[in-house]
Amino acid sequence: MSASTETLDNKKIWGGNTSPFGISYGKMMMWFFLVSDAFTFTGFLVAYGYMRHRFEEVWPVAENVFTHFPFMHGDHPLLYVALMTFILIMSSVTMVLAVEAGQRMKRDGVILWMALTIVGGLIFVGSQAWEWGHFIHGTELGALQLADGTIVQWVDEAKNAFMIPGVADAVTGSEAAAMIAQGTEIYGANLTVNEYGVPLFADFFFFITGFHGFHVFSGVVINFIIFVNVLKGTYEKRGHYEMVEKVGLYWHFVDLVWVFVFTFFYLV
Amino acid sequence: MDFDRTAEYAHKHSEEEGKKVRKMIWIIFWVLLAVTTAEVTLGLVWQDMGISWGLVKWTFIILTLVKAYYIVMSYMHLGGERKNFKMVVAIPFILFAIYLIFILLKESTFLHAIDFSPLAD
Repeated sequence: MSASTETLDNKKIWGGNTSPFGISYGKMMMWFFLVSDAFTFTGFLVAYGYMRHRFEEVWPVAENVFTHFPFMHGDHPLLYVALMTFILIMSSVTMVLAVEAGQRMKRDGVILWMALTIVGGLIFVGSQAWEWGHFIHGTELGALQLADGTIVQWVDEAKNAFMIPGVADAVTGSEAAAMIAQGTEIYGANLTVNEYGVPLFADFFFFITGFHGFHVFSGVVINFIIFVNVLKGTYEKRGHYEMVEKVGLYWHFVDLVWVFVFTFFYLV
Repeated sequence: MDFDRTAEYAHKHSEEEGKKVRKMIWIIFWVLLAVTTAEVTLGLVWQDMGISWGLVKWTFIILTLVKAYYIVMSYMHLGGERKNFKMVVAIPFILFAIYLIFILLKESTFLHAIDFSPLAD
């Protein structure tokens, strides 16, 4: 924008009384915050990668865990999370359109697009709550935790034979019966048990998507505050809508993080 | 009341420019949607198509970086900022990424030798 229209004198711009980066203090600080927040999320995802690599044989495949879709029966891997991703991309578009309307000083446009962004954010948080609910409640069949802590999956509803992860043949008959008697049946997942596999998977799932979900939630709150200011005409009076741009940066960052969470948690 | 003189730096444009900006926003939207659709489709069919997992994995990672590039450069307007500011944002993160890759290559070799059993229980 500005860089292409004005000629810069490198000696002068660092001489004081101007912003050497050609942007305001607030926007620069938002960027610095986002960079540090990106470090945090990278740290989480790297830790996730290491642990997943370490427990590869017993790590659940996300595709087999998140297979539900509202009002539909059967297995639909990836579909629900694809929908969530679409909702977040869509709300990113409405946000950037709000910023664009603000740059033309069109209050009505900012109101419309920000309202849609907030709605999109709320739908996303709701979807995440729904997915957490399913993950916490687990399947009807559940799984079996053996006396040594290994999580094994039932072969069928009769619950007299099970599969050990990494082993091709099912354990059946009296051998299975003895182990079933000593084991405990588990349903769903929390921080200490996880019917789909290692509890660490559930820990990372709750922690990473929870941290991201909290970002979305706080993004919705911040967007709402700015939205109220837009309605009150605060930025009309101020003469510019840079505040919308700043919350927009935060909102796009949340979308950006989801792009990575989506890849490393659900796809890879 | 504008202590940091934001008004001087706040970006504004005309209706004419706005049209171009909006057109670009929607183009990027279709790119992001197409890439996401491609990722989900690949995630569903790669086993039936007999593509190797390694190739699929790297495709996912590259497509993710493509999406990240468009979000940061276009939606977050980093592409429109001055070069010195672009560097201020990008260099710390690139250094961090290089560090992580170094750790991954040098320090992950003994990962399987560590006893994580208290965690796995």
